[in-house]
Amino acid sequence: MSAGAVGRAYPRLEGREKVTGAARYAVEYPVDDVSYGWAVPAAVVRGRITRVDAAPALALPGVLAVVHHGNAARLAPGSDRELWLLQEPVVHYRGQFVAVVVATSLEAAREGARLVGIDYDAGPHSTVLTSDHPGLYRPDHVNPSYPTDTAEGDFDAGYAAAPVRMDATYRTPAYHNNPMEPHATTAQWRDGRLLVHDSNQGASSVQATLADLFELPSESVRVIAEHVGGGFGSKGYAKAAVVLAALAARQVDRPVRLALTRQQLFGPIGYRTPTIQRVRLAADTDGRLTAICHDAISQTSTLHEFAEQTAVYTRSMYAAPHRRTTHRLVRLDVPTPFWMRAPGECPGAYALESAMDELATAVGMDPVELRVRNDAEVDPDQGQPFTSRNLVACLREGARRFGWADRDPTPRARRDGRWLIGTGVAGSSYPARARPSSAAATARADGGFLVRINATDIGTGARTAMWQVAADALGVPPERVEIRIGDSDLPVAPVAGGSMGTSSWSWAVVRACEALREKLRNAPDGVPADGEVTAEVSTEEEVGGQPMLPRYAYGAQFVEVRVDVDTGEVRVNRMLGVFAAGRVVNPTTARSQLIGGMTMGISMALHEEGVLDERYGDWVNHDLATYHITGCADVERIEAHWIDEQDAELNPAGVKGIGEIGIVGAAAAIANAVHHATGVRIRELPIRLDKLLGLSALA
Amino acid sequence: MRPFRYHRPADVAEAVAVLAAEPQAAYLAGGTNLVDLMKLGVQRPDLLVDVTRLPLDAVAELPDGGLRIGATVPNSDLAAHPVVRRDYPVLARALLAAASGQLRNVATTGGNLLQRTRCVYFQDTGKACNKREPGSGCAARHGQNRDLAVLDWSEQCVATHPSDLAVALAALDAVVEVHEAGGARDVPLAALHRSPGEHPERETTLARGALITAVRLPALPAARRSTYLKVRDRASFAFAVGSVAAVLDLDGDVVRDVRLAYGAVAHRPWRAYRAEDELRGRPFSPELAARAADAELAEARPLRHNGFKLPLTRAITVRALTELAEGTPS
Repeated sequence: MSAGAVGRAYPRLEGREKVTGAARYAVEYPVDDVSYGWAVPAAVVRGRITRVDAAPALALPGVLAVVHHGNAARLAPGSDRELWLLQEPVVHYRGQFVAVVVATSLEAAREGARLVGIDYDAGPHSTVLTSDHPGLYRPDHVNPSYPTDTAEGDFDAGYAAAPVRMDATYRTPAYHNNPMEPHATTAQWRDGRLLVHDSNQGASSVQATLADLFELPSESVRVIAEHVGGGFGSKGYAKAAVVLAALAARQVDRPVRLALTRQQLFGPIGYRTPTIQRVRLAADTDGRLTAICHDAISQTSTLHEFAEQTAVYTRSMYAAPHRRTTHRLVRLDVPTPFWMRAPGECPGAYALESAMDELATAVGMDPVELRVRNDAEVDPDQGQPFTSRNLVACLREGARRFGWADRDPTPRARRDGRWLIGTGVAGSSYPARARPSSAAATARADGGFLVRINATDIGTGARTAMWQVAADALGVPPERVEIRIGDSDLPVAPVAGGSMGTSSWSWAVVRACEALREKLRNAPDGVPADGEVTAEVSTEEEVGGQPMLPRYAYGAQFVEVRVDVDTGEVRVNRMLGVFAAGRVVNPTTARSQLIGGMTMGISMALHEEGVLDERYGDWVNHDLATYHITGCADVERIEAHWIDEQDAELNPAGVKGIGEIGIVGAAAAIANAVHHATGVRIRELPIRLDKLLGLSALA
Repeated sequence: MRPFRYHRPADVAEAVAVLAAEPQAAYLAGGTNLVDLMKLGVQRPDLLVDVTRLPLDAVAELPDGGLRIGATVPNSDLAAHPVVRRDYPVLARALLAAASGQLRNVATTGGNLLQRTRCVYFQDTGKACNKREPGSGCAARHGQNRDLAVLDWSEQCVATHPSDLAVALAALDAVVEVHEAGGARDVPLAALHRSPGEHPERETTLARGALITAVRLPALPAARRSTYLKVRDRASFAFAVGSVAAVLDLDGDVVRDVRLAYGAVAHRPWRAYRAEDELRGRPFSPELAARAADAELAEARPLRHNGFKLPLTRAITVRALTELAEGTPS
């Protein structure tokens, strides 16, 4: 490899286009004869559509069509039921899209959507998750394919016998992904072929899904997602917008642009399930864990089983001889939950890392030292050594940078005027996985190179990272490399999700570049003057043949908060994270990913909450004025650091993925700091002032 | 959204005349609230009469020491006005605590006072709301009502008025200058907004088509010692869950005069006359401030999710007045 682009801080390749507005997003491509689609949500929670009256909408000037179950093109039976839209007169949750109005202007489409008359025969519904819901059941597995329950040793006996025990139940609400760019699509049919410009996290998977739904060969579907304004998991697969746009475009036989509204993102695109988590920990008097149990309850829909892997985090994080984890689900009349940054690990870590803090208090031990004492060299779940595990290094380095030493553990011991001050810590971990991918590398006669892979840059800097990796693999300065991503015509690649994008794509990019260099070595005359040399590879075999080993990234989150003694307002003075995530390809974009995750953790801990009204069966605060997301003023000082980590058991680039670990543990660190500041333990997020108010009575 | 026409009147008289002739017309000023509600289908005017170009954008000092603020003066300009900053800090603080910089740049003085409630049920045409659709019921009364009223609500409506500016103006005894078809008249700010009662759809006492042209602040030297405290669920860009506007005039340690108004507790900015009566003429102490707040809140009727607003409002009353008494507004 050359002097090395990997590890150097480059600005995003497309940064100028984005900040000047030149970068095109899904509904910004110029298209001749375009029309506009507006999705119509169901007004009942559960029931049947008995009548659709399209006439008032069709009478509006500009309205071209009202597409609904009675006239929409047929989708393949047996498809994902969330995507089997406009096929049946049945409503499974409030807000489910039951029609699309297409018009020659956005405004007419919107007004038309309001004018469509739909009658329903509504039935009773259940939309609230409770720990004693009669519908609780044990799924066959949890996402993506973990065992539902695990047990080792004898938890009950170990717990009963221990001198120190803690038993607490933690609750998290529904959280709603709100990328800046909503789910949005421009769909065009030409000669039986479908072209979509779509906002998603993986154009290859959307292509495959559309091909299945519309019963087309995959080469008849092209999906372009060159720039994507955020996803956070919510665009991980094809979702409603692209299906509705394609159905609508087929109906009117002209291109259709369809973007969901902000309000429509609250539900139909998926959300992080609410959780109810009971954690029981037992330890010796020296703080060594002897028993761990994590029982998690979450919800799914009647359409599709989505089993959040909430307690999986606990299986590998800390060691103990007696261990048990369980997952239970309830099928409610709600939209299907979906991925949101670190699904499973994020809510699970909130509970476990809060419980560890409570145990530290119970055992009279520093919470950093408690975690160090219970570190594991061998994965408690799989029984094999971790390929690398630098949790302790992160905790130590974080404690040093944060100034943790000499912390007085006494709650409510520090005060600055009206503010109570407290500090908290949490561990963090996220699996380091990779999926098969393909990529192609081309040498041009002018000495330049082109690397093509259908990776997706959802704002992370993935395009730039792949460009850096390619340059090093080719052994040339990056300026000689052109990278193309975000188009299903490019070599197939997996989604930007599960913190697997960089590991999976870079693997294929490296192999493609190596294959190209090999080809060039065998071509003594080099690249023909009027041509080029290309090598395309797939890592299917190599990735599939990789030994199953416990591979994880780790981190430690440190937080200082202040809490207003009279009003209960919580502010984060400073937040510091240290992460061990393998090799960092680009410090600039990596830092953004990590502090972005941490900020989202502040949001989870203090601000976000989907507030459900069971009578209506939906979240009433479905806009950004009432669903609060952390703003800049809430983030006063935030730092992300990482430690050098070499792990030869990962992938050619030696990366672990950094998209998600930044949020894991963040909410627990904040909750722990709030407890340290106030002496009050809030076990139901978000921690808002109404839950803390009245502290002055204790002053 | 519903197709609508757009008209830019030449003067105030024409604006008022157009509104009088068009039953479905609405004034457009900054549009920060109205346009959102039009997109949501909550408000459906067929004609927008744009008043932003009318000559109502001046801030003028009055001979009696008061201040006259044109109805289209943007919130950001008003907050930055040197006389406001010097003589009415409560007003500048209230303005700067509201919305975001971008919104304050376009939101106007008059428009701010006439903004609609922020109840989530009002803003969702799929849910019952007597304010949006009289007779349809109040989903909030027994629904999610953490952010809603504790004082003066009715079975028909439990919404709160969202304005920070209006709370400060209530404390300052501001007067609203209004043009109606019959001519100009003054409306005390305290009499501008209505209790919800049986008709929550009527939010103000203004006649249909009335146009606010200015807001007048009386001379109030004591207001140089004034403040606005706002508590919200995040550090910026959120509506109040509790707020207080306070003016305190001390003679030694005795309260010579005091003005108090609360936000986020009622359907209108809530002037706390009872609290003022408790305070006036007595030596100031934080305990007295707490008793005054308790007197004001004695008739509060919290809803299922908003009982916290009572200790919160009490706490910020004590803090605001104590800071003013000590000369250390935060």
